[in-house]
Amino acid sequence: MTFRSSVEIITEWDIVAARQLGRDEAKALGFGTVDQARITTAISELARNIYLYASVGVIEVERVETDIEKKIVVIATDQGAGIKDVRKVMEDGYSTSGGLGAGLPGVNRLMDSMIIQSVVGEGTTIRAEKRLR
Amino acid sequence: MLKQLESQYEKILSDYMSDQTEKNLYIAQNFTRQLIQKNISPEDVVNIHKNAVGKIFPDRMVEDQPAYDFLIEVMVHYGMAHREHQSLLQIQAEYEMEMKIATNIQKTLLKTVVPQLSSIDIGMISIPIRKMNGDYVHFLYNREDYLSVAVTDVVGKGVPAALCMSMVKYGLETLEYAYKDPSYVLEVINRVIEKGVDDSMFVSMFYGCLDIQNSIFSYASAGHEPALHYSAKHGEFFSLEAKGLLLGVLSDSKYSYNEILLEDNDIVVMMTDGVTEFRARDDLNSREVITSLIVENKHVSAQHLCNLLYKQIEKIQDFKLSDDFTVVILKK
Repeated sequence: MTFRSSVEIITEWDIVAARQLGRDEAKALGFGTVDQARITTAISELARNIYLYASVGVIEVERVETDIEKKIVVIATDQGAGIKDVRKVMEDGYSTSGGLGAGLPGVNRLMDSMIIQSVVGEGTTIRAEKRLR
Repeated sequence: MLKQLESQYEKILSDYMSDQTEKNLYIAQNFTRQLIQKNISPEDVVNIHKNAVGKIFPDRMVEDQPAYDFLIEVMVHYGMAHREHQSLLQIQAEYEMEMKIATNIQKTLLKTVVPQLSSIDIGMISIPIRKMNGDYVHFLYNREDYLSVAVTDVVGKGVPAALCMSMVKYGLETLEYAYKDPSYVLEVINRVIEKGVDDSMFVSMFYGCLDIQNSIFSYASAGHEPALHYSAKHGEFFSLEAKGLLLGVLSDSKYSYNEILLEDNDIVVMMTDGVTEFRARDDLNSREVITSLIVENKHVSAQHLCNLLYKQIEKIQDFKLSDDFTVVILKK
């Protein structure tokens, strides 16, 4: 079973809406307070990246419940400038040094896994998952 | 694992709540070590605390829970910073390991062996300020007929300097029989560096060649610290200046050829600017310090004299040398 909802990120307040969506879904799936906070923070970082660097994009939250696993999938999509060097943005200390916050490596650690697809000039899709243990 | 830590924490907290002693706090801090060792992040610690309080004082939780949840939210960012820090520490350890290997390779690659000749006493000391030496000394000799010495200093330090230096070394080694003409040697090495090395990399070099049979010391310099010649007969020092641009600047640089006659008990001192620049003590004239020390100790061996110079200058600079330190001394 998969439930999918999404929030469009245009203004800073949409970040709050995306957080709320993520927290509600995480709670509904049975995540504890700490993991709820982690998932919400990850969504917050991804939404902020859209707001600050791509100006428009979407955060989708999927709640996946099957016999073998329960997990939250967060998909952040934007039509921004794209990431030239994905390996570089995944290096620790690269984005945080400029005071931009946790950066993508931080998001990666908050979740279980993360995949980045980006085409320069077309945009970026980041898919991050966290399983309920 | 988290469950086990939680019950341990609950026990320690409950002990402290009923008996607020220093001993119980000490136990708590020792427990913290375990938490850190097991990589428990700050937000998890707050959660452990929240659960423990909930078990010890169940009636309080109704009111306090939102405050704890708030703190967990705040701590998630600290947790991220903490994890990033740990991952950076690991990267640093990897870099240090690589650096150690590179240093060992450099030591093997750029090892200078001081020749032992019966007709001339040779001493050398070269101390890097960092792990890798930006100074390099290369000797070339042909039995007891000729002895050449190149004293070099790369502008810049560390790994880039060491990489550049290996090129200088192989340049010098390919000279074969041409090593007796200092200005020719500098012209060749200049072309090697100009072609092969990044534009921001410059090397200074003093190259001297002693014709042992005829006691003629010829030399040339590429922007290097002038050498000193102590004439025993005159009891005086002469500066061995020579015109020439740093190596690697222009491809067709020319280097002037100079020569002096070495007489018995004369001393030639070649050095890098790490020896003469007293950054901490600019009130002192470094050349005077060097010359007076040499005059006072002119009867000791060349190697001993090098060691004395290093010790003296290190002391003057308060044991904080600001550059690689290299001295080569020839005594007739």
